[in-house]
Amino acid sequence: MKRVVITGAGTINALGHDVPSTLAAMRAGVCGIGALELRDVERLSIQIGGQVRGFEAEGRYNRQQMSLYDRFTQFTLAAAKEAIDQSGLTFSGELAAKSGVVLGTAGGGVSTWDDNYRSVYEDGKNRVHPFVVPKLMNNAAASHVSMEHNLKGPSFTVSTACASSNHAMAQAFSMVRSGMAPAMVTGGSESMLCFGGVKAWEGLRVMSRDACRPFSANRNGMVQGEGAGVFVFEEFEHARARGADILCEIAGFAMSSDASDIVMPSKNGASRAMSGALADAGINRDEVGYINAHGTGTAANDKTECAAVADVFGPHADKLMISSTKSMHGHLIGGTGAVELLACIMALRDGVIAPTIGYEEPDPECALDVVPNEAREARIKVAISNAFAFGGMNAVLALRAT
Amino acid sequence: MSTKDKVIAIIAEQAVLDPSNVTMDSTLEDLGIDSLGLVESIFSIEEAFDISVPFNANDPQASDFDISTVASIVAGIERLQAEQS
Repeated sequence: MKRVVITGAGTINALGHDVPSTLAAMRAGVCGIGALELRDVERLSIQIGGQVRGFEAEGRYNRQQMSLYDRFTQFTLAAAKEAIDQSGLTFSGELAAKSGVVLGTAGGGVSTWDDNYRSVYEDGKNRVHPFVVPKLMNNAAASHVSMEHNLKGPSFTVSTACASSNHAMAQAFSMVRSGMAPAMVTGGSESMLCFGGVKAWEGLRVMSRDACRPFSANRNGMVQGEGAGVFVFEEFEHARARGADILCEIAGFAMSSDASDIVMPSKNGASRAMSGALADAGINRDEVGYINAHGTGTAANDKTECAAVADVFGPHADKLMISSTKSMHGHLIGGTGAVELLACIMALRDGVIAPTIGYEEPDPECALDVVPNEAREARIKVAISNAFAFGGMNAVLALRAT
Repeated sequence: MSTKDKVIAIIAEQAVLDPSNVTMDSTLEDLGIDSLGLVESIFSIEEAFDISVPFNANDPQASDFDISTVASIVAGIERLQAEQS
């Protein structure tokens, strides 16, 4: 089996339009959540979100591209460019033929669906733009990344709700580890902050009207975000031979399915994913210094996740740090694991643990070191990143400092 | 149909019970309605009475809409109808 390293990272989210600004915001504990600005927002009962601001698609993309790029594709392309530029890779010849792109998204082109349903149902139009289908399809972003960067190997989109990105990155990792691909572009994106996208979430009655406060006793729900995170996963010897700057190593992963409830999380499913990732990576539990939590800020997730961490790590659970950066950038649904992987990279590479902001009251059911409100300097060797989706589908990645 | 009868019909349907088995003293928990069933019941009540019920599944006790029994739900609906009419 090959070793796999990350040699490029890119993002756009409510905290920043690239990795350096996002990490600076996480380090400073900035809250990117604010009042939503979107059409018909006054008809929503939830009016906050982690919206990407100041992102002008015009100027970045030409008219023909704009007619094909939903916002989730625009985000993906911006993040992919940053990641691939950083990696220094140019995909041509054999490298291009074998390298692919695996991305996660839960909803794909949600605002394209929303705009065009509005047009035919509300405005009574009987005609839509010819590119509605290629614009909204869930694999559109992965396809455009493959075209833009000449990635001709295995490419597809994974959709497992809030675990989409982690499942996607797990697939990409497996392909590089097995030797199938020398490099893979992977991560995920989401752009659901339109009227229909927020209205659907409202229905479930799990959203907060004021803030995302993971692990805090007074937490009252999740807050949606949007954006993308994209990485270049590369075979270690391939990266070393060309003198690439290695951000960290991906050591292993595991996936599990609760097989129990469509929305309620399961401690057992979460535990099996975490312990599975450690076993796959050959990591002892007491080596883990940081967990990037799924930490949605709902009553159910946070207590279940903390109980699962206690089960898996035993006494070491009280020594490790666990934080949820969703408190800052919101829940990017299918893109969330990708943006959150950045917090793991910052922990491993820069020795800075991103905080859980908005933390106000200790909850005895979440009695772990959640790095409340302020980032912390700490040297750690191993981090894991959790994603637990609706539908009970879990994916955990284990990363090692290099 | 009275408010009480409508609420009993909604709750009975959610619990898959005959309405005669639902009384004003019944709690949703007694009737086997879980958290998802509760969210669905609230939705049905909002639709049936054309009201908006302040309810967050993360903290069902936080709002002043008391869901502890069928009787408290009926009282809550009557209050919201008066406030929102």
